[in-house]
Amino acid sequence: MKNYDIVIIGGGPAGLAAAVSARQSGIDSILILERDKELGGILNQCIHNGFGLHTFKEELTGPEYAQRFIVQAKELDIEYRLNTMVLEVGADKVVTAMNREDGLFLIQAKAVILAMGCRERPRGALNIPGYRPAGIYSAGTAQRLVNMDGYMPGREVVILGSGDIGLIMARRMTLEGAKVKVVAELMPYSGGLKRNIVQCLDDYGIPLKLSHTVVDIKGKERVEGVTLAQVDEKNKPIPGTEEYYACDTLLLSVGLIPENEISRGMGVVMNPVTSGPRVNESLETNLEGVFACGNVLHVHDLVDFVSEEAAAAGRNAAAYVKSGKDGASDAKTPVVAAKNAVDKDTREEMAQQDTGAGSEQEIELVATGGVRYTVPCTIRTSHMEDELKVRFRVGSVYQNCFVSVYFDDERVIHRKKMVFAPAEMEEVKLTKEQILRYPELRRITFRIEE
Amino acid sequence: MYDVVIIGAGVCGAAVAHELSRYQAKICVLEKEEDVCCGTSKANSAIVHAGYDAVTGSLKAKLNVRGNELMEELSKELDFPFERNGSLVLCFNESDMPNLQALYDRGVANGVKGMKILNKEEVLQMEPNVTEDVYAALYAPTGGIVCPFGLNIALAENACVNGVDFQFDTEVIQIRKMEEGYELQTDKGVFCAKCVVNAAGVYADKFHNMVSEKKLSITARRGDYCLLDKEAGNHVRRTIFTLPGKLGKGILVTPTVHGNLLIGPTAVEVEDKEGVNTTADGLAQVLTKAGMSVKNIPTRQVITSFAGLRAHEAGDDFIIGEAEDAPGFVDCAGIESPGIASCPAIGEMAAGIVKEKMGLIAKDDFIATRKGILNPGTLCMEERNDLIKENPAYGNIICRCEMVTEGEIIDAIRRPLGAKSLDGVKRRTRAGMGRCQSGFCSPRTMEILARECGMSMFDITKSGGNSKLVVGTNKDTVS
Ligand SMILES: Cc1cc2nc3c(=O)[nH]c(=O)nc-3n(C[C@H](O)[C@H](O)[C@H](O)COP(=O)(O)OP(=O)(O)OC[C@H]3O[C@@H](n4cnc5c(N)ncnc54)[C@H](O)[C@@H]3O)c2cc1C
Ligand SMILES: Cc1cc2nc3c(=O)[nH]c(=O)nc-3n(C[C@H](O)[C@H](O)[C@H](O)COP(=O)(O)OP(=O)(O)OC[C@H]3O[C@@H](n4cnc5c(N)ncnc54)[C@H](O)[C@@H]3O)c2cc1C
Repeated sequence: MKNYDIVIIGGGPAGLAAAVSARQSGIDSILILERDKELGGILNQCIHNGFGLHTFKEELTGPEYAQRFIVQAKELDIEYRLNTMVLEVGADKVVTAMNREDGLFLIQAKAVILAMGCRERPRGALNIPGYRPAGIYSAGTAQRLVNMDGYMPGREVVILGSGDIGLIMARRMTLEGAKVKVVAELMPYSGGLKRNIVQCLDDYGIPLKLSHTVVDIKGKERVEGVTLAQVDEKNKPIPGTEEYYACDTLLLSVGLIPENEISRGMGVVMNPVTSGPRVNESLETNLEGVFACGNVLHVHDLVDFVSEEAAAAGRNAAAYVKSGKDGASDAKTPVVAAKNAVDKDTREEMAQQDTGAGSEQEIELVATGGVRYTVPCTIRTSHMEDELKVRFRVGSVYQNCFVSVYFDDERVIHRKKMVFAPAEMEEVKLTKEQILRYPELRRITFRIEE
Repeated sequence: MYDVVIIGAGVCGAAVAHELSRYQAKICVLEKEEDVCCGTSKANSAIVHAGYDAVTGSLKAKLNVRGNELMEELSKELDFPFERNGSLVLCFNESDMPNLQALYDRGVANGVKGMKILNKEEVLQMEPNVTEDVYAALYAPTGGIVCPFGLNIALAENACVNGVDFQFDTEVIQIRKMEEGYELQTDKGVFCAKCVVNAAGVYADKFHNMVSEKKLSITARRGDYCLLDKEAGNHVRRTIFTLPGKLGKGILVTPTVHGNLLIGPTAVEVEDKEGVNTTADGLAQVLTKAGMSVKNIPTRQVITSFAGLRAHEAGDDFIIGEAEDAPGFVDCAGIESPGIASCPAIGEMAAGIVKEKMGLIAKDDFIATRKGILNPGTLCMEERNDLIKENPAYGNIICRCEMVTEGEIIDAIRRPLGAKSLDGVKRRTRAGMGRCQSGFCSPRTMEILARECGMSMFDITKSGGNSKLVVGTNKDTVS
């Protein structure tokens, strides 16, 4: 079995930025495992521009943005293996991976960084009734077909879901010669960034129908049309509002789900709101030395924040390795065949043991009053960098409201913003100095206030 | 001239073909779709019922119990997934106890073994997620679950290996009685046969009525389902039915052989015999009613929904046998539930009739067993690495949800009666059946299909016919 200090699962922007920063923090032995045939992750199919405004102060396409990190990783001689699928990771940080050349193999890591990204929610998740013909694609699948393979999935398109991928595909399909008839969105607000609505729909005269959903799909072999209807406050279709659109393609952009099979298998405790791991200030999960960043942790809208977050994960993983706390030497032999190595009970037990293990009391971050979640979920002041960015999302649209942060019962931050929208990730900076002023601090509460 | 032509390659047609392939005869299966298992056999509850449901003395009762007995052995011979997980019929009121007892008695009369009536505590001990409202339940340990695609494909594949000719994309349009045998007119020309087996599912009445004056009438009854993620697969271990009561027949909750959770079906009569569309009403019913027998079903984990059509015959029983006024025309009609459970016995019975009729003689080179597609996940590390060394395609994961390798997909395409479409690959390997529902693997599987079948990407379909997946190249319509 080979040994590495840090094994990174996923070679997308998160994995790459984590690798680069871990190397810059002085770790030599790093391995990135990527199942695709190239590094760069989902960015390789995002050929539109708009990436990197924060990081590089210029507008890059997805592949260009990825390339900057790939070049850095190569310059730093970071080892990576492509076409290599990680199948599972044991709680003892033994990574089981597979590819054509090496077959199934095991690697012992001192620290693991989870950077597997996310997947798209399928139609079934929405219970859309109707037939199940060809021509129903998730927007990301269509994006891959068009942008990477050059194939048109259809000519006349209806898009359900106004998430960024849906919006971007509305424009892409139009540019490639298809007619996008309408974008329907279940919620009364768009799930995508404002700039994407303007640049991808408005500029091409594509209508956006808010509070609408697909109530029927017609066509036995290939999609022939879909019926949209308006929905009420409970998201139930309103009878009489049905409208039929003839089309041969239905694209679904109805949400992304972090890809956490591996994390669950190892016994990482999840946050049900994000479907990503619960992490502390170091982006470390309940398992010591197992870190998470990027879309596998929570779905991001801007890759710049992915890179920033991942760099922190890389630094923290490096610090963990250097602290020599890893118990790699007494690792048990892994069971390869067992699919779900850890059952729920043991997982919960482990979680408990783990929170009890640290000598220091953790500060809990609580999301409430319109704030859906925060990343991280806990803070250990001793491990905190001078400044910590707490990222969160709101549950619906708020105008002219404040984001408030309470240290126990005292409000310490109260910042006004014109619009808070679920589509845009928010952040609040906390400083170590600020927190140290409250030695008895137990919980930090985040809420939206009028 | 064929000795036997079988119409339909669902579980019944395939089971008959499999049984008949033991004999020296020229046999052909005509199927209008591009693959086996494209009709009702692909969309049902996949329960191998114990056999207490059907009226004692009916064909349904007899063949169900016999089919249930045969299934285990068959699953080993032909290598398809089958599991005896047991089933429970829940009763919610003391006043319904006589009905539960009647079900038990009927089961005994039908020859079902090992049944027991359990009280509330025993039920909850067995299945902690069953609702606290349960009063008692009938437990049938012989109840099972099967992979309906696996079963159908295994039967057909083995029949094919034993010399049965399968003609796909061939729709029977008209049947005429000839001096000797029958002439079947199809959209691919005329087929002649001494004997015809009518296993056309919801259309079996149509063909029967073309040759017989004793008319059949089959109506299609649609059933909607929701399938949940594997994470929910352990919510119950046994198949949970409810005793038909004031609220109708109830919705079953069952694990599948692949570890998902399946809930459904509804029952709605429909005009269109191709009407397998789900409806908002149907899905809503499934989701609410399932909660009446099993609590805390994680309905947020639905990954797909689908519908199937029961072939309900007015006489309410299976019709298996030679039509009285049409010698050599053998029906397998009105095969609604428990058709899956019964199919090994249906095959036995219908083939028996044909064999007697034609005086068929057994082959001495019949191949009785079949090896299914190898699932590398079942191998130990050394074996798996040997396999990958020999064939690196087994080291390449294509479907990340179900962990299906390129090697398995190639096997599914190259083997007898191999897959030709995305759904064909899916039914044979599970690629695309997982939680992302083929979002990730479909472009990859399409490439493999194109390469292996020497097809253009533009000709790759989801399920044959006009179900094309890509329609052109970028900007090809932009001048
Ligand atoms: C369609 C779309 C449009 C976007 N548009 C913009 C935009 O305009 N501007 C912007 O700033 N951001 C945009 N984003 C967001 C940005 O691209 C993502 O936030 C970013 O790519 C996430 O990075 P990641 O590394 O976490 O995940 P990914 O890019 O998804 O990378 C994860 C990697 O892990 C690999 N992996 C997963 N599991 C395994 C395993 N078991 N074994 C081995 N490898 C594995 C995957 O193959 C993948 O390469 C867009 C995203 C999408 C999907
Ligand atoms: C909702 C539902 C739930 C069920 N649950 C269960 C269960 O739990 N357990 C159980 O045992 N059974 C169950 N069943 C019943 C079971 O699915 C059926 O009995 C069984 O699949 C019938 O198989 P078949 O071969 O007769 O029909 P099919 O699978 O429909 O096969 C008929 C074939 O004939 C072909 N065909 C039709 N017309 C022509 C033509 N003109 N030319 C050529 N080919 C033609 C069709 O394309 C089709 O492939 C259920 C059924 C439904 C609908």
